[in-house]
Amino acid sequence: MKWGTWGAALAAAWLAAGVRGADEIRIGALFAVTGPAAALGAPEARTAEMLAEKLNAEGGVLGRKVRLIVKDTAGNPEKAVSFCKQLIEEERVLAILGPSTSGETLQIKKLCNDEKTLLLSCAAAETIVNPVARYVFKTPQKDSQAATHIFRSMAGRGIARVGVLVDNSGFGQAGKAQIEALAPTNGIAIAACETYDKAATDLTDILAKVKAQNVQAVINWSIVPAQAIVARNMRQIGMDVPLYQSHGFGSLKYVQQAGEAGEGILFPCGRILVAEQLPDDHPQKATLMAYKQAYESRCKEEAGSFGGYAHDAFALVIAAIKAANSTETDKVRDALENLKGFAGVSGVYSFSPTDHTGLGLDSLEMLTVRKGAFAIAPAAAKQP
Amino acid sequence: MSTFLQYILSGVTVGSVYAAVAVGFNVIYRTTGVLNFAQGEFVMLGGMVAVTLAARLPTGVAVAVAVAAVGLFGAGLEWTFFRRLRRHTPLHMVVITIGLAILIREAARHVWDEKVRSLPFFSGTSVSSLRLFGAALSPQVLWVLGIVGLAVLALHLTFRHTLAGRAMRACAANPDAAQLAGINLGVMRTLSFGFSAALGALAGCAISPLTLTQYDMGADLAIKGFAAAALGGLGDPMAAVAGGLAVGLAEKLSISILPAAYEDATAFAILILVLLVRPHGLLASRSAARSG
Repeated sequence: MKWGTWGAALAAAWLAAGVRGADEIRIGALFAVTGPAAALGAPEARTAEMLAEKLNAEGGVLGRKVRLIVKDTAGNPEKAVSFCKQLIEEERVLAILGPSTSGETLQIKKLCNDEKTLLLSCAAAETIVNPVARYVFKTPQKDSQAATHIFRSMAGRGIARVGVLVDNSGFGQAGKAQIEALAPTNGIAIAACETYDKAATDLTDILAKVKAQNVQAVINWSIVPAQAIVARNMRQIGMDVPLYQSHGFGSLKYVQQAGEAGEGILFPCGRILVAEQLPDDHPQKATLMAYKQAYESRCKEEAGSFGGYAHDAFALVIAAIKAANSTETDKVRDALENLKGFAGVSGVYSFSPTDHTGLGLDSLEMLTVRKGAFAIAPAAAKQP
Repeated sequence: MSTFLQYILSGVTVGSVYAAVAVGFNVIYRTTGVLNFAQGEFVMLGGMVAVTLAARLPTGVAVAVAVAAVGLFGAGLEWTFFRRLRRHTPLHMVVITIGLAILIREAARHVWDEKVRSLPFFSGTSVSSLRLFGAALSPQVLWVLGIVGLAVLALHLTFRHTLAGRAMRACAANPDAAQLAGINLGVMRTLSFGFSAALGALAGCAISPLTLTQYDMGADLAIKGFAAAALGGLGDPMAAVAGGLAVGLAEKLSISILPAAYEDATAFAILILVLLVRPHGLLASRSAARSG
């Protein structure tokens, strides 16, 4: 009896799903809405939901509505894998946006590729798109591009000896690999390199160790609240060398948390944080301002680069569906791979069969914190 | 040398927070025999409530109100859940505290959100720095040490010299005899949860400017605090203070010879070694551990 009831309910649910599925385009999303990477995942989820709502209000794409199915992975790779399977097997989505972190993305890269489901990751690690997987793309700039920007800025300031701090997440570890690989060719010596826990709340000990090495600058590569703690702890133990952060610093929240200690932090980042300061004829200006205004009036918080990654992931899928004039996975995939000159929040995307990031070195700008706000850093080369 | 001193200072700072959590564990353990794994959540709640209130009130008032509110919340928790479950074994109740910890964490995420917050520094700003024999530290570190130290001392004196304190100790030593002597066991247990929660909340306020406050900070603190309590020896709050400082120092000093990534591993390796040699903890006597 009981089993019969369950069976009937299941059948009904399956039928309902079938009927619903006929005219909807299903897009899945895996975001770390909670947990240590919540500063990334929460604005990403809010952004994707906002864009889906807006698109549906305007009639959808190809005359069909989009149904966005967001799963909260809490930044946990195991959860990402099981939600990913659920999205592919049960929800039969066309594409998956996210995950928010590199560690999670690397866990599901092969799965999505094997199951022929498009994955547009919002995480930055180089290894997501190198080697290239046919169905896997990513929207943030590459680690190597960010590291190159940092090293160029250091060259302009005559810095040659640095201490490196990374967190133990996938993002931190991938960044560490890039920094260590690129430092020698840029004439930078790494005097100390330390990994800390992504939930760390006190880093004075690690910084004391780095300080004892007489470094000329510190690079911190992480996505977690520790970014603000590094800045504070440095000043508290009396270190006054420049602090470079990764493109993971791209949120005003971190600046607010760092308080006065955040002044002068240098980091490479997309242009969302300085959208107003761009000239009107900049190719990204219109996209940036539209996203910024829509997000800020809806979510009552500052738009940052993380939400931008989700914006671009969503916008790229929709653009590819339009270009393919189809929702067949392979046609959409081909259209995405051939997309050129698409102005997004993080830069102007031009994909190719060998480049699934689609962004060039110029998609990043060296930013600094001035009076509690972001500003474009003075070009390093002009300095003596 | 100054680097070494810097490690010691870092260790004492985090250690004093672990100590506050460990003392909280002890206070409840002594009167109820329960290990309360929601102890870290009290720290988080203290910080969160104070940050919310600090938007309108002076920081000192916000902290005082937050400590009182979380203390009441802790007492309420005992009154709502544990008083009704007294027939269950302590093990059941421990599992319930784990459930409550998860519940409080998720509720906090809905009330506030996933963002990181912090109280303003009690004196100076995020860049203030005091020089001390070549090492440097934030003035807030002194606030943390002072506040946690005073609170633990006050608690200790309460246990020793007030009627309520003595009654609570009596409940720990022999619940049946205490009841026969006219002590209301239920009230004492409620009090112990209240004290413990208030102490956690106070620590949560003091560390908020340094470590920032986030809804999911409790679990880590509960584990480290438990390690500190076990290291010192369950049943003696003063041993818990020593345990907390020992765990903090072990963590931070390990970095002078090992990469930072091994911090937690070092702390727990030492804990396991100590418990193998002295199962009742470093400082507590065998009888104290048993009587709890």
